[in-house]
Amino acid sequence: MSDKEKLLDFEKPILELETRIQELRSAAREGGVESLFKEISELEVKLVEAQRELTERLTAWQRTQLARHALRPGAFDLATRIFDDILELHGDRSFGDDAAINVSMANLKGREVLLLGHIKGRETNERVKHNFGMAHPEGYRKVIRLIEFAESFKKPVISLIDTPGAYPGIGAEERGQAWVIADAIEKFMKLEVPTISVVVGEGGSGGALAVGVADRVYMLENAIYSVISPEGCASILFRDAIRAPEAAAAMKITARHAESLGVIDGIIEEPPGGAHRDWDDTAKRLSERLISSLEEISKMNTNERLAKRYEKFRKIGIFHEAES
Amino acid sequence: MNWFQRVRYRSRRIAKEEAVTGLWTKCLGCETMLPKNELKDNLFVCTVCGYHHRIPARQWIKLLLDPNTFEEHDVRMISCDPLEFVDEKPYKIRLDESRAKAQERDAVITGYGDIDGRKIAISIMNFEFMGGSMGSVVGEKIARLTENATRDRRHLVIVATSGGARMQEGILSLMQMAKTVGAISKHKDSGLLSISILTDPTTGGTTASFATATNLIIAEPGALIAFAGPRVIEQTIRQKLPQGFQRSEFLLGHGQLDMVVKRNEMRKTLIRIFKFVD
Repeated sequence: MSDKEKLLDFEKPILELETRIQELRSAAREGGVESLFKEISELEVKLVEAQRELTERLTAWQRTQLARHALRPGAFDLATRIFDDILELHGDRSFGDDAAINVSMANLKGREVLLLGHIKGRETNERVKHNFGMAHPEGYRKVIRLIEFAESFKKPVISLIDTPGAYPGIGAEERGQAWVIADAIEKFMKLEVPTISVVVGEGGSGGALAVGVADRVYMLENAIYSVISPEGCASILFRDAIRAPEAAAAMKITARHAESLGVIDGIIEEPPGGAHRDWDDTAKRLSERLISSLEEISKMNTNERLAKRYEKFRKIGIFHEAES
Repeated sequence: MNWFQRVRYRSRRIAKEEAVTGLWTKCLGCETMLPKNELKDNLFVCTVCGYHHRIPARQWIKLLLDPNTFEEHDVRMISCDPLEFVDEKPYKIRLDESRAKAQERDAVITGYGDIDGRKIAISIMNFEFMGGSMGSVVGEKIARLTENATRDRRHLVIVATSGGARMQEGILSLMQMAKTVGAISKHKDSGLLSISILTDPTTGGTTASFATATNLIIAEPGALIAFAGPRVIEQTIRQKLPQGFQRSEFLLGHGQLDMVVKRNEMRKTLIRIFKFVD
């Protein structure tokens, strides 16, 4: 499948504009026709406008499609553009090495950090190898082992989240998927080093939260963060997985909603049209946020940072206390 | 002595059977016909096969605590509808219906009480209220109880039963996992004891948070305890699941539980554990 075929229906008008601009450009180059330059610049203005409108007006389901876009940069497509000297570490020391989640030493503009990220894979064989970014218990045990390692050398931890969820399977249940997620949440809550989490694609339920308890939590503009996949919610509450678009809207899974509900600390804007339109620019925006954010949280002393982290999650929730 | 004097209802599944059989009821485990009273007197555990039928939250107060020692907390806290969630039915209406059906304000009861004279904190979930699902109220009540227990130096007992996070509160429900685990972690770090009692069924976000973050984990016999429910797994891997998969005894065999304890021995067991730590 060519890249053009991987575009979503609602992206087609933009593709048409781009094609038209390119045609005019080559015509102008060959003929040197003055009037074409005017038309080109008009179309370019139109294109920017169309991209801006597209990203502003997207429904929750369209953002879900962007978050899962075949051309969207994965966590490590971004990481390799941001970090230097990436060195992967493997294994949970008791069962295996989980390829759905990568843990690496990395250098962020001169500062050593421990980097975690889900890997979904792009081609079919890669996707199978990485289990579509759905980690087993050994993946989270590897994370727990290595964030403790980072803690003992006082290195910050940065996690890039992009997973449909923790894997639901026989082996995962046998090896304590629920137990290890609770353990990971607890360890992240108490980790004595600065921590940052960014949902860069799909933030799928417990599998995302297990590496998502941090001093600062951000989402890329078109990322989603959800308690259950739209399909899962639709099949339970709407009695048909095909009604996922309605479930996505009802659960309010977009970055803007997460921000307004107090669940995340901020949104990192994507390039016009979405992250897949420009990987380098997306990485640059993410990198800037990571650097400034890390600087900010590193200024706090450990006790203050831990207290603030606890308070942040402690406050999340909306309820009512009746008079009687 | 009548332990169940104040109970006005039973689990829905038993009630259905009753409609057909009058004074008799069919065990959900072995399908033996049992006199209703006999089942009730045996704490809803089948006298033939030992099947533990689900019981409503308030019965646990009588099962575990010294008589008249329970003092309930946060009784006025209720769920609102932060997402204005509508599926086949608006969440607001589901909440009203659940309040009427379960005669409770939400899916967890929390408070202080005594076990064999020892002052403890206890939270009990109620499956009858929207499948015991965890939204903002469940998360907040458990976090508050746990923080109070830490402050007042009380051990913590959690009786869990839950379908998981409450989808109608979206991402807020997921975050209750972090909130409750954080509170329990501080409780443990204060040198206090926390014990989870997992009952049928305990799944999803509840299992993956406070219900397994405690010092010790006990389960009732035959309870379904899982991260992903059996249906989700079957749909994912497209094969039948092994017999006994995700039941208490299976989990005990896989090293995930400290013990499996029968309902009529639960109080005694808690007392034994408290003796070890104090």
